[in-house]
Amino acid sequence: MIRFDNVSFTFTGAERPTLRNISLDIPEGELCVVVGETGTGKSTFLRAINGLVPHFTGGILSGSVTLEGRSTRDHRPRDLADVVGYVGQNPVAGFVTERVEDELAYTMENLGVPPDAMRRRVEDTVDLLGLHDLRDRSLRALSGGQQQRVAIGAVLTASPRVLVLDEPTSALDPAAAEEVLSALARLVHDLGLTVCMAEHRLERVLPFADRMILVPGGGAPLVVGTPQDVMRDASVAPPIVQLGRLAGWDPLPLTVRDARRQVGALRARIGPTNPAATAGLVSGAPLATAHKLDVTYGPVMAVNSLELELRPGEVTVLMGRNGSGKSTLLNTLAGGRPPSRGSVRVDTQDPYRMEPAARVRQVGLVPQDPGLLLYGESVHDECRRADRASNLADGTAAATLERILPGLPPDRHPRDLSEGQRLALALAVVLAPAPRLLLLDEPTRGLDYPSKDRLITHLRELADHGHTVVLATHDVELAARLADRAVVMANGEIIADGPAHTVVCHSPVFAPQVAKILAPGEWLTLDEVRAAMAGTPA
Amino acid sequence: MTRRPSRSLHPLAWWVWAVCLAVVAMQSLNPNPFLLLLICGVACFVVSSCRGNEPWARSLTFFLRLGVVIIAIRVAIEILFGQRGLPGHVLFTLPRAPLPSWAAAVSIGGAVTLESILTAFVLGLQIAVVVVCFGAANSLASPYRLLRCLPAVLYEAGVAVTVALSFTPELMESIAAVRQARRLRGIPTKGLRGLRGVAVPVLEGALDRSLQLATSMDARGYGRREATKSTVRRVATGVTVLGLLLAAIGVYGVIDSSSMFGLGLPIITLAFALCAVGMAVSGRRSTRTRYRPDAWGLPEWCVSASGVIALTAMLVARAINVSGIVVSFHPLVVPALPLLPVAGILIAAAPAFVVPAPRPSTTRARARSRAEVEAVGA
Repeated sequence: MIRFDNVSFTFTGAERPTLRNISLDIPEGELCVVVGETGTGKSTFLRAINGLVPHFTGGILSGSVTLEGRSTRDHRPRDLADVVGYVGQNPVAGFVTERVEDELAYTMENLGVPPDAMRRRVEDTVDLLGLHDLRDRSLRALSGGQQQRVAIGAVLTASPRVLVLDEPTSALDPAAAEEVLSALARLVHDLGLTVCMAEHRLERVLPFADRMILVPGGGAPLVVGTPQDVMRDASVAPPIVQLGRLAGWDPLPLTVRDARRQVGALRARIGPTNPAATAGLVSGAPLATAHKLDVTYGPVMAVNSLELELRPGEVTVLMGRNGSGKSTLLNTLAGGRPPSRGSVRVDTQDPYRMEPAARVRQVGLVPQDPGLLLYGESVHDECRRADRASNLADGTAAATLERILPGLPPDRHPRDLSEGQRLALALAVVLAPAPRLLLLDEPTRGLDYPSKDRLITHLRELADHGHTVVLATHDVELAARLADRAVVMANGEIIADGPAHTVVCHSPVFAPQVAKILAPGEWLTLDEVRAAMAGTPA
Repeated sequence: MTRRPSRSLHPLAWWVWAVCLAVVAMQSLNPNPFLLLLICGVACFVVSSCRGNEPWARSLTFFLRLGVVIIAIRVAIEILFGQRGLPGHVLFTLPRAPLPSWAAAVSIGGAVTLESILTAFVLGLQIAVVVVCFGAANSLASPYRLLRCLPAVLYEAGVAVTVALSFTPELMESIAAVRQARRLRGIPTKGLRGLRGVAVPVLEGALDRSLQLATSMDARGYGRREATKSTVRRVATGVTVLGLLLAAIGVYGVIDSSSMFGLGLPIITLAFALCAVGMAVSGRRSTRTRYRPDAWGLPEWCVSASGVIALTAMLVARAINVSGIVVSFHPLVVPALPLLPVAGILIAAAPAFVVPAPRPSTTRARARSRAEVEAVGA
């Protein structure tokens, strides 16, 4: 179906090729997952399939990519639109029309499909992806998961044989991600579609994958094989695989169900109770409080009579589905908007009314898109501006950055950094005045496992130095490894609040893989299991 | 009153209706204020009974406000710079500002008469009513949907406009987000330096987004064409350009009827014909099809006919010099209400009774799917 024949690709001006001598064949009807660290060329690989690389990006491509016998050399992406559907990282940016139904028909209109066939295919797609109630809605009024399903539907109507998706679940909460992935699995099983997708959160896609392609980066050869083979010694691996490797399970489990079949010996060895789970919450005087807090946007109540106390030295994770009020709460805590009713206090002061220079020493917020904070010409310039804005000694921000992510080239433009590097820079800029309360909104979007590890270490360090850290995230694995305390929100209210072990372990949606495998024992992370194994030799 | 099954009307029907009403309002240099108010009332009545619940359906309020502003400006200009020396009832006198002799045509201040203010009000009202007519069309048929009716050759220009329209609200959102983030960093968002800090990330974001949109459009087959002979393409372009040139000449001939031996109208007709041929030929290159094109049926005929009838009534009344169409302000007379135009304008309110308002979108979708299920079952 998809054939790469000795393909190499070099971006214009780059010294080394991004892809080197790739030869592979993806047969029809496979769900193929492309994995690898950030910046190794996953997106480039995916875009080469339908010819966006090099027709759209420029650069030099040698060798040939063919789909159903059509080479991207002679066919532009638009000429391949009937064979391959491509859904980019941000579905909203790819929408052309205003209404769901028009968007579904857009590709077919371009392909010149006869009107009655168009009508039929739209109806089929609506049924296939469960878009019935959305068909007349405006595209921008949909939730993230719905938008992603519409984007998939919009390329499906053209009945392509291949679907290429770039991180389709990165912005979605666990439930919405599940919704999108099961729709994809259904397409592969029922329609024999060939799906090729990149994904960072392997724990989500592993159960669905038929084949994995590991892009090691730096022009090293691709590793292609069944998930079991690739996962045996891949540098990126979800917790379930790491647990399998730790416990020496064979075959390596890829789903929670498989793992639970083999868990008996491990459970007997580490015992029923987790010593780490008995730790309570940090005590002491709260640094920040929200009292009877309401925040409304017009008729919408984003936060509803909320009570929250945050203490120094504590890492709190805010969870909840998209649109449950997490971002609004963080924004209000940071003084970005006034409460509609009730009060917010950071160290007895109202953050909204504080002097900006004083506020940045009390509370710092890293927004969902860290790029919003950055506007300098270079990394160095950005750090200098941060120092001046908060009257710090020269080099404070640069030194902070050096601790978070050493070796970032100071003359690089912020837009040219990878997602993880940009987050590190934004974090450094916010952390330079050493705010006592640090708020992060979805910090792991687009981060690979090593960058996540670094972020976790750094946030842990901050908490140990007495900072209060709050992060809103959909990433349950991150939450499990980092959080002392978990707060779950729904419809602007707090529905669960307590020690992370208690809150997370018992939620079917928010429980991480380790907890699901070792339930009912309250184990959250590999480290806890590893420590328990070290205490009791086999 | 029969209510037909709900569907939204062809956008062109609404625009024909609205343009006819606007032309009725423009039919006189000294218009009858009662007729103008009647047109405005009819437009608002039809909008309130026929509009759907899409975001743009609420835009009439904006146009009404705009109309009020237009009237206020017109009256204010009359008070400050109005023509003096006409007889009338003096209301008050403003101090006159002396102007040099070369500016004698302009006067500032002076005696303000009731007549001049009323004239200004009515003329302002005339413009306001035209604006309200366009507002009505805008809230009854989205400009996006009108763009979908463009002929194939103009389709790409239409897409550009659509994309530009949807970019504006996004730009506003991202400006707000950047300012918020900036404020949180304790950096000023005002002044020249603040502007740079906001503009750079906003523009970069917009550029990123437009690249992503272009990628997505290309990957989804935008701009696919059948290969045509270059001679055909050249002939089509040539014919269109010739048509446009002739149109320019023809317009000149129509405006100045003494020139070109009265050939203005025939030339314009020929020009439009040439343009149409050119567009049709180049349109054949595009292989696009249209999904569920808006149908033109009985309701569309009714709506556009009601507008055309109103316009015809007005034109006939003017031709046979019905009194009350042209109003005298010097001396002030309460104008009579001319029967024929009033009847015509009232007929333009017919869409409110003939055409049902589209029901809320979700129930409409459900009703449609249920109807389809039943059809299949039968």
